[in-house]
Amino acid sequence: MTDTTSGQPKPSQPVLVMRGITKRFPGVLALNDVSLECYAGEVHAIVGENGAGKSTLMKILVGAYQPDSGEIVLNGRPVHFRHPREAQSSSLSIIYQEFNLLPDRTVAQNIFMGREPVRRGLIDNRAMVERTQELLAQLKADHYIRPNMLIRQLSVAQQQIVEIAKSLSFEARVLVMDEPTAALSPSEIEILFRIVEDLKKRGIALVYISHRFNEIFQIADRVTVLKDGERVATRDINDVTASGLVHLMVGRELSQYYPPYAKSEDIGAPFVTIQNGGNARLHNINLELRRGEVVGVAGLQGSGRTELARAIFGAEPFTSGTITINGKTVRIDRPRSAIQSNIGLLTEDRKQEGLALKQSVRDNVLLAQRALRGIFSRVTRKAHEDASQLVERVDVRSAGLDQQVQYLSGGNQQKVVLAKWLATDVDLLIFDEPTRGIDVNAKSNIHEIIRQLAQAGKAVLMISSELPEVIGMGDRILVMRDGTIAGELPKGPEETEIMLLATGEQVSI
Amino acid sequence: MSVQSRARLARIRTFIDSLNLPAVYLILVITFVTAYLLTTLFGRGDFLSSSTLTNMMVRSVALGIVAVGQTFVILGASIDLSVAYLISVTAVMASYIMQGETSNIPLALAVVLGIGVVVGTVNGLIVTRLKVNPLITTLGTGLVMHGILNASFDNFVGAVPSSFQVLGYDNVGPVPVSVLLLATVVLLGNFILQRTTFGAHLYSVGGSEETARLSGVRTSRVIIGAHIICSLTAVLTGLFIVSRTGAGAPWLGPDGVYDLESIAVTVLGGTALSGGKGGVWGTIAGVFIFAILATLFNQIGMDTYLRQVLRGLIIIIAVAAYQYRSKEQAA
Repeated sequence: MTDTTSGQPKPSQPVLVMRGITKRFPGVLALNDVSLECYAGEVHAIVGENGAGKSTLMKILVGAYQPDSGEIVLNGRPVHFRHPREAQSSSLSIIYQEFNLLPDRTVAQNIFMGREPVRRGLIDNRAMVERTQELLAQLKADHYIRPNMLIRQLSVAQQQIVEIAKSLSFEARVLVMDEPTAALSPSEIEILFRIVEDLKKRGIALVYISHRFNEIFQIADRVTVLKDGERVATRDINDVTASGLVHLMVGRELSQYYPPYAKSEDIGAPFVTIQNGGNARLHNINLELRRGEVVGVAGLQGSGRTELARAIFGAEPFTSGTITINGKTVRIDRPRSAIQSNIGLLTEDRKQEGLALKQSVRDNVLLAQRALRGIFSRVTRKAHEDASQLVERVDVRSAGLDQQVQYLSGGNQQKVVLAKWLATDVDLLIFDEPTRGIDVNAKSNIHEIIRQLAQAGKAVLMISSELPEVIGMGDRILVMRDGTIAGELPKGPEETEIMLLATGEQVSI
Repeated sequence: MSVQSRARLARIRTFIDSLNLPAVYLILVITFVTAYLLTTLFGRGDFLSSSTLTNMMVRSVALGIVAVGQTFVILGASIDLSVAYLISVTAVMASYIMQGETSNIPLALAVVLGIGVVVGTVNGLIVTRLKVNPLITTLGTGLVMHGILNASFDNFVGAVPSSFQVLGYDNVGPVPVSVLLLATVVLLGNFILQRTTFGAHLYSVGGSEETARLSGVRTSRVIIGAHIICSLTAVLTGLFIVSRTGAGAPWLGPDGVYDLESIAVTVLGGTALSGGKGGVWGTIAGVFIFAILATLFNQIGMDTYLRQVLRGLIIIIAVAAYQYRSKEQAA
């Protein structure tokens, strides 16, 4: 590992050079002498664990943070951005995971926000719409996205295309994409990749941050690995393997990704049985969840995975069918009744639905437990001790129980949500995308915890869009399609078996 | 219903949808028809007579002008509770300075407009620089104005000359001057919102201040600007009121409940309290709904307190209906 860059000849000058970037936050060296080079027409992937420094590096690149030392050279000229807008005007754009679009304004108004074309002192609406139309046409999206549509009417994938169109309108030479596929379905990802290929051909340099290795191997030309604020390596994509990348990221080979499956004698009686469950989004749902067992749920985006979780949890309850818990028929028509029946849900969207971001770790852990008590009951000292035990048990790394949750990393936030449910003595835990956006280390950590929960006699339902995760964790796998359970597979199926069920292709027996 | 008429209805529906009118216009039509039917039923006067209609328009002027300003601040995710007191300050100062002399009108106008700019700027600065919640900010500035006014004057002060009362009572052809003033304010307000960069930026700031800031919008300026516009509309309303009453008094604004009512009609008109969505067309429909109700209640001689109950219920039902609609659209 002496040569950190690949030996392949590169075309001409790099469009973007970051040299010796160092950034120190109080108590932490976030980036230490990191360098990065991007060439026109290449997709440069950046991988690394959470906390490795990816987002800090990108924030420095676009001027949201100022580096302590180091320099950025764009198109051969040193630049020094003080504000993301300055970077944008210098043809460097970034698309964040959370889009900067206003739902109640049109596509055109969003793209030209803050720099509306003006004619005789007034907004030139026609020019704005025309230019938007051109931009969308460049992305071959003009037949399904129109300049006058409200952002609210667009899907997440379409909104992302609007973001890309916006960066094109700045004549971006360098485009940073942060986890662009996180909320996209496979077919939408394909469209995005086609656009990325197009952008490459036009000589735009793309910086692509992702946790999904299969995507990186599909579209990246080179990959830079960050670890603990330092650049470990930059490699040609053809010179590395997935396990090699993991090795570079964590500094050790992860010999075993997933804990062992449940032994059949450890799987207990059914805890929850659902017969013929249905609502506006779901129909004919029949399933049994047993203590000691992890049931994986796979399915394409929009197949009803999340809706199933929300139905069982009473957030969008079943309107037909019966739910039996421990042999007794129960009514679950709101989350409170689910919680009272010892069911917990860890939502996909931790920040919106799972956590009170501005409250402390302790308050979050005690939230569900407190909610079930009367309003006059006081939280005892014991509850506080319990909280710290739980936090320790799930291994939350925080500055203390009083730290606000918003300052924790994604993995640690997920652990806080987990601790919240453990505090209520749940019997069934539903995980919706438990490791989305979480780094490799924290991932296997959470897998461990999920398995331990099953071993402790809890029933677990785990929804995931990552097939390896479903296969690695599920003692049994349900595959959803079009709002119902299309099939059930025993542990350890092939990915193709799942995909066949999920897409509705017949499995030839 | 025949297939043809159904198809025709569907076509009409698509046409109406294509106009993209705020939902409040449906409520406006329903209110109007109901009011018409009820007054005809009770045989209390002709609801469609030009004098009744004109009367309704004039009734809408005072609230309508300040509601346009309120719409601006609410679009920017702010709010202004100080308008009622600013209306009083304007009425009192105008009639105090004019003292019945036409020659004093320019000075009076200059002073009250100046006061409007100052109050709006102060409101805007407190909200943007000191980061005080706008509800508290404007409650505070309103109370300050209220206190100063009550300490200095207790009842009618001075007088406006009859030349100034043209604004309140005269007509241009068949149309009252005051209605023209309202129409001008509404059209100008809509023009600013739809065609100027300030308007576009106001929607962005209200939609998401952070997103607007990252897009290079100078968010503080936009919010301060909206507050200045709002205060200026309060001044205009104050001038209209004093032209009607002939003299200003400290209780004119608070008695008209212009603070809460301007917020109510704005929200009734479909502008989101969270900002970034809505416009003056909705607001003016809300104002007309209030005016129709007032006329109706008058004509059938309804009890004053029952009127308030009904108005309160209508606001809640309307906003609940918007919520339901937007949920449906999202689904």
